[in-house]
Amino acid sequence: MLAYVVKRLGLSVVIVSVAMALLFCMIYLVPGDPASVALGPRASEAMKEALRVRMGLDQPVWVQFWNFYSSAWRGDFGVEVLSERPVIDVVLEQLPYTLALIAGGITWSVGLGIPLGCWAAVKRGSLADRLVGVLSVAVIAIPSFVVAIYALLIFSVSLRWLPAIGAGEPGDLGDQLVHLILPSLAVGLGWVGYIARMVRASMLEVLETSHIRTARAFGLPEPMITYRYALTIAILPTVTLLGVGVGQMLSSAVFAEIVFARPGIGRLVYDAILTRNFPVVSGAVLVTTIFFVLVNLIADLVIGALDPRVRSSF
Amino acid sequence: MSEAASDPRTPNDGLRSQVRKVLREPLGVFGLALVALVVLGAVFAGVLSQYDPAGLNPRDRFLPPSTDHLLGTDQLGRDLFSRVLHGGRIALYVALVSTGISLAIGIVLGLIAGYGPRWLDNLMILLFDAIKSFPTVMLALALVTLTGPSLTAVMVVVILVNVPGYARIIRTQTIALKSSEFVTAAQSMGASTTRILRLHILPNVIGPLVILASMDIPVVIAIEAGMSFLGLGVRPPTPSWGSILNDGFANIRETPWIAVAGGLPIIITTLGFTFLGETLRDVFDPRLKGR
Repeated sequence: MLAYVVKRLGLSVVIVSVAMALLFCMIYLVPGDPASVALGPRASEAMKEALRVRMGLDQPVWVQFWNFYSSAWRGDFGVEVLSERPVIDVVLEQLPYTLALIAGGITWSVGLGIPLGCWAAVKRGSLADRLVGVLSVAVIAIPSFVVAIYALLIFSVSLRWLPAIGAGEPGDLGDQLVHLILPSLAVGLGWVGYIARMVRASMLEVLETSHIRTARAFGLPEPMITYRYALTIAILPTVTLLGVGVGQMLSSAVFAEIVFARPGIGRLVYDAILTRNFPVVSGAVLVTTIFFVLVNLIADLVIGALDPRVRSSF
Repeated sequence: MSEAASDPRTPNDGLRSQVRKVLREPLGVFGLALVALVVLGAVFAGVLSQYDPAGLNPRDRFLPPSTDHLLGTDQLGRDLFSRVLHGGRIALYVALVSTGISLAIGIVLGLIAGYGPRWLDNLMILLFDAIKSFPTVMLALALVTLTGPSLTAVMVVVILVNVPGYARIIRTQTIALKSSEFVTAAQSMGASTTRILRLHILPNVIGPLVILASMDIPVVIAIEAGMSFLGLGVRPPTPSWGSILNDGFANIRETPWIAVAGGLPIIITTLGFTFLGETLRDVFDPRLKGR
C-alpha cells in the first residue's frame, strides 16, 4: 500500500508541475502580456514598461519561468494588481463558498443517483428502468448554466419558493443551506445521471456474482441482498467517478455563482476578468487545478485502500 | 449485426441494416428529429424568419411572444426567433469545425504516441493528463483574459479540451495493433512507417473515435453557449444562444421569455445529439457501451 501511495503522490506532483508549466507557456505564448492586459488599451508605453519591470516580465524567459514556478510551489501566486494583496489570500477567502457549492452538488447527485441507479438495476428491463435510462442521458446532456437559469426562473422568479441571490446571512446556517439548494442543484443535476448509470451498470454486474447467488440460496430477504450485500460493492466505482466529477462541478460552479450572485472562486475570476486582474485569474486557475488533482489523488487512494487489484495494477 | 458489419463483401448492406436499426429505436428517431429540426432551422434561417437577427428596432422592445414574433423580442427590439435560428448557425459551425480540428490533431498525436518511442509516449500522456487537470471553464477564462473574447478563443478551448481524450483512444488502439500479425508482416515487407500508419492502423482505429466525437458535439455546443453566456464568446451583435440567454438573465424578472428563448434551443440541440449519439454507438459499436 505504501509503495502505491508514494507512486500515486509522485504522479500528482508531476502533473501539477506540468500543469504549471503549461499555464506559464500559455501566458507567455498568447499575444497580449499580463502588464498590458492589466493597464488596458489606453495605457502609455512607459506605464506598461514600468509595470512589466515590476512584474518581472522584462527578464529572460527562463528566469521568469523559474520565478513563477518556484514561488507557485511556495504558495506565492503574486499580488493583485490594484490592492497589492497576495493572490493566494484572495483566492483562499473565496474557496469555502465554492467548496460548499460542490459539496451540495455531490449531495444532490449521490442522493438521487444511487437510489435511481439501484432501482433501475433491480427492475431491469422494465419501463422504470428505461425511464431512468433516458432521464439520466437527458440530465447529462443539458448544460448546467441552462439548468441554473431555468431553476432560477421557475423556483425563484415564478414560484418564489427559494431565494435567487447571494449565499445567505453569515452565521445563519439554515439560511445559508436554503440559499445553497438551487445553485447546487444546477451543479449536481448532470451527475445524478452519471451516477445513476454507473450504479445501475455495476449493480447488474454484482447481482450476477456467486456470493449474491449464495446469499439468495440461503434465502436471505431480497432487499437485504440488494442494499446490504450488492450495493456496498456496486457503489465503489462512483468514488472514482466523483473524483472526475469534482473537476466538472468546479466548472459548473462558475456559472452557478454568477447566475445566483454567490461569492466564490468562479465569481472572483469573472470579476477579475472584467477588471483585467490577471494574477488573480492565473492564481485561481492554479488553486482549482491543484484542488482537482488532489481530489483525484484522494479518490484513487480510497479505491486503492478498498480494492487491492487497483494497487497491484498501478 | 456484427456479422454483417465485419463481412467485407457487403459493406453497403451492413450499413443499410445498421441505419435501419437506428430507425427502429424510438430514442434514436427522436434524437434524429431534434437534430434535423436544428440543422434545418439553421440552414433555412433566412427563409423561416423575415427579421434581421441583428436589426435594432427600439419601438418593439420587450414584446412578449405573439404571432408576429414567435419567441418575442429582446431589449433592443430584435426578433428572438430569428436570433435563435441564426444562433444555430454559430453553434453548428463551432461544433463541426472545432470537432474536426480536434479529431485531426488527436489522431496524429495518438498515432505518434502509440507508434513512436516509449519516452515520447510517456511525455505525451503526461501532457494530456496535465491539460485534463485544468477545469474547463477555468482554462477558458484564463485564455480569454489574455486574448479577449472571440469565436477563435472558444474553438481553441474546445480543441484543448477534446484533443487529449481522442489522442488517448487512438494511442491505446495503436499500441494494441502495433504487435498484431498483419502489421508485423507489413513491416517485414519493408513498408514505411507512414504507410503502415496510414493504410493499416488508421482505418482500424478511426471508427470508434468518430462515434465518440459525435457524442462530444453537445459538449462543444455547451462550451460555445456557456462562453458566450459569460460574454467571452461571440461578439455582439452576432447572435448566439448563450448571448441570448445572457440577455434573458439580465432581464429575468420582467421579461422571462428572453431566457426561455435562449435556453430552449440549447436543450433541444444537446438532447437531440445525445440521444442520436447514444443510439449510433449502441448500434455501430456495442463495445463502447457505458463510456
